[in-house]
Amino acid sequence: MREWQAQDRPLLEVKNVTKRFGGVVANRNISLFVERGTIVGLIGPNGSGKTTLFNSIVGAHPIDEGEIWFDGREISRYRTAQIARMGLMRTFQQTHIFGKMTCIENMLISMPERRRQLRDLFSPGSRADRARAVDLLQFVGLYSKRHHLAGSLSFGQQKLLEFAMALMSEPKMLLLDEPTAGINPTLINGLVDRLRRTNAELGITLLVIEHNMRVIMNLAEYIYCLAHGELLAAGPPEEIRNDQRVIDAYLGAS
Amino acid sequence: MNRRLRHISALTALFAIGLVGPWLMPAYISQFAQLWLFIVLALSWDIMGGQTGYNSFGNIIYFGIGMYASAVAQVGVVWPVADYTAAKGGGTEFVFTAEQIYTGLALGIPLGGLLAMAAAIVFGALLLGMRGHYFAIATLGLAVAIAELAAGWDYIGAGSGMVTPTLPQEIEGPVLFYYLSLALAVLAILFYAWLYSTRFRLAINAIRDDEDKAEALGHHTTRNKMTAWAISALFTGMAGAIYGNLSGFIDPHDIAFNAEIGVWMILMAILGGKGTLWGPIIGAIVFFVSKELFWTYLLGWQRVALGLLIVIIVVFFPEGIMGWVRSRWPHLFAAPHLDGDEGNAAAAATDERKEAANA
Amino acid sequence: MQNLQLLLQAPVFNIQLLLDGMFIGAVFALAAFGMALVWGVMNIINVSQGEFVMLGGFITLMVVQAGLSPLLGIPVAAVVLFVLGWALYRGIIWRIVEADMFTSLLATFGVSIMLQQLMNEIFGADVRTVESGLGIWFLFDGMVTVTQIKVLAFVLSFVIGLALWLFLKTARLGQAIRATAQNARAARILGIDTDRVYAATYAINAALCGAAGALVVMAWSIHPYMGLPYTLRSFMIVIVAGLGNLAAVISAGLGLGVAEQFAGFILGAEFQLAFVFLLLVAVLVARQVMLARKRQYLK
Repeated sequence: MREWQAQDRPLLEVKNVTKRFGGVVANRNISLFVERGTIVGLIGPNGSGKTTLFNSIVGAHPIDEGEIWFDGREISRYRTAQIARMGLMRTFQQTHIFGKMTCIENMLISMPERRRQLRDLFSPGSRADRARAVDLLQFVGLYSKRHHLAGSLSFGQQKLLEFAMALMSEPKMLLLDEPTAGINPTLINGLVDRLRRTNAELGITLLVIEHNMRVIMNLAEYIYCLAHGELLAAGPPEEIRNDQRVIDAYLGAS
Repeated sequence: MNRRLRHISALTALFAIGLVGPWLMPAYISQFAQLWLFIVLALSWDIMGGQTGYNSFGNIIYFGIGMYASAVAQVGVVWPVADYTAAKGGGTEFVFTAEQIYTGLALGIPLGGLLAMAAAIVFGALLLGMRGHYFAIATLGLAVAIAELAAGWDYIGAGSGMVTPTLPQEIEGPVLFYYLSLALAVLAILFYAWLYSTRFRLAINAIRDDEDKAEALGHHTTRNKMTAWAISALFTGMAGAIYGNLSGFIDPHDIAFNAEIGVWMILMAILGGKGTLWGPIIGAIVFFVSKELFWTYLLGWQRVALGLLIVIIVVFFPEGIMGWVRSRWPHLFAAPHLDGDEGNAAAAATDERKEAANA
Repeated sequence: MQNLQLLLQAPVFNIQLLLDGMFIGAVFALAAFGMALVWGVMNIINVSQGEFVMLGGFITLMVVQAGLSPLLGIPVAAVVLFVLGWALYRGIIWRIVEADMFTSLLATFGVSIMLQQLMNEIFGADVRTVESGLGIWFLFDGMVTVTQIKVLAFVLSFVIGLALWLFLKTARLGQAIRATAQNARAARILGIDTDRVYAATYAINAALCGAAGALVVMAWSIHPYMGLPYTLRSFMIVIVAGLGNLAAVISAGLGLGVAEQFAGFILGAEFQLAFVFLLLVAVLVARQVMLARKRQYLK
């Protein structure tokens, strides 16, 4: 197992986390960490507990054992909204967008809540905010749809919108749950490029669940692999690619 | 004509009609007063039901609380309330001077609103965590429970109710209450118009569309819901305070906590179009005018017709009048928006091209 | 609180209240069973549930006015309500099966207002009852009275509930209903006419309520505005017991009946309804607190 490279603690640190649903152990004793400014991948066959781990991290449900540290604080008892306000944001596998609002409105409502006062809520919102919203929509390629109702977009476009919304909220770290699933294959390269720019230009740390091996091997600098709720392997992409346990897990041999 | 201008001219026309209305049709002044109050009720239901997505069957609670609170305050500034209600019908010895009436109203109407708001904060803490139909049914249960409790409370006259202070000769009741109703309606409409122009509308619409997502974005969803409900209660309570005076007599089941008025609030908002500013206003006008025109011809069958009307509106016109207008003339709503980005519309075209290049 | 002391001093009153509570509770459970069926299969909370009970009572009243035995009212009410339920489904309900919950809530609320006002126009707002012709048992030296019709109501509620359970388990239509409840789309693909299943479900529910209403008018009393409390009681029972658990529905129904009798006796009859509604709110709040503790409604 690798050690932290930098002086300070990593941005996200998951320590010995266990999560049970009734008798089923969805995550058993999982430890991983993500350093500031990096892109880390999380892979594993269906039902290996990736999304459960995401849910545990963002406070969608309490964990049974272990600790989760983000940005210097233990957050496993925090509520979703509090964690989001600390700058840890996630996107969903099945998109969650505000269907009866336009794309622009979706963006404007995703502004970072942590810097907001109550009186900001009762103001019309500044021109600079709108400009930023438009810029980000342009960044994900939804500029021409900006006045359309979000609910009228295709699934892939909704995913892009959700991604743009996450960026709008200026997070320190983004957890992306299968960003390329349901996206038109011809657009995937563009998306990967955007994810990289997000990391490089905006300085946002990424933890990405992904099934598309080509994408994740390309994108991530370090990869964790889960199977049956346990951490199976961890390492740089080329190591994971050749790890017999990972291959077996994906082929269903283990 | 752009949207904003259209909006302002429509409001001006509405208020102008309100000001001169009583001179044109003096015989119907009390009905018009009611209409203004109904507009307030529909708008105040809609901020929860239409904008926040929390369909309340319980707004009638705030109507009743505001009504009773105001009546008690109006009586209380002059006479001991318990003696007053014990005398039923008020009794002849309980006389009010014009000055006492004005003081009472100036005190009672805001108090009615504030007390309703306080109640909303208490009930909100209990109920606003519920989603969907659980919230709807909990509010329905609470509304009936409170009506029953009011009917057992002697201080406010229990089941037999209480009369609002009798006006002295020199005050023309209907005219006074008409302008009070108008003033409240103008206040409410302008307030909601302003409120819906702020980010607060986006925040509560986000709750309506996907509350989990709003939470995941870090919104203070509970605080926002509570604010919306408190605003709704404030205006509903003040409308109740005036309505009680307009009616002259208050009782728990037929006036203050009248389940029928509770249903009308919802119906007016849906009829006009939920989740818009003008929907509830138009819905209230259409509903009220048709109710006044046809109700009397139905003899005893109005309430059967009310049931039928609910079914028809809900099943066949769930989008309401505004929804119909929107689908009929979409260009009226095509928002030449305020984002100030129209200049670089060319970027729209490059969007797709870049997309293809990336692929 | 004088009545509370009375209960402590004369324990035999407790028995009276307990029995009365259980008798009426069984009828609550019957209506709740119907609500759970419609809720589970069609995803509709039927607000006109209480009005179906009320209609069952008035139909029995008509049977008696026609000179027939009141006990005949039970099957007649069930059959008439079955037909009415079917007709309501064909006229209105089928349009809202797919709609969101609030639409169906409001639409069935409209139906309930229609029915209650219709009965008010026809029969007037008076409280009505029907003499069943059965006798009374006196227990504990006449300190506790048990009318035989209440016992019959209790037993019949059980029998009907059990029969419905057997029907759902074994009969072809019953199985189709359960399949539709689990996954309507899959059921349609397998060739089940879900529209007919919905119609039958709604009609069976109405029939259950009709039978309950016939028992209510004989053992207790009815009036046009009695519906809403019955609806909310059913709702409360279903929330506590969950969908599709017969034993839990019955125990929740009995428990509610007993609690209500004691509350009515201790607080005074005028606060009995207030108690029911506040209990509903309390149950919902308690459910909410438990859900919030688990904190896992995010998918």
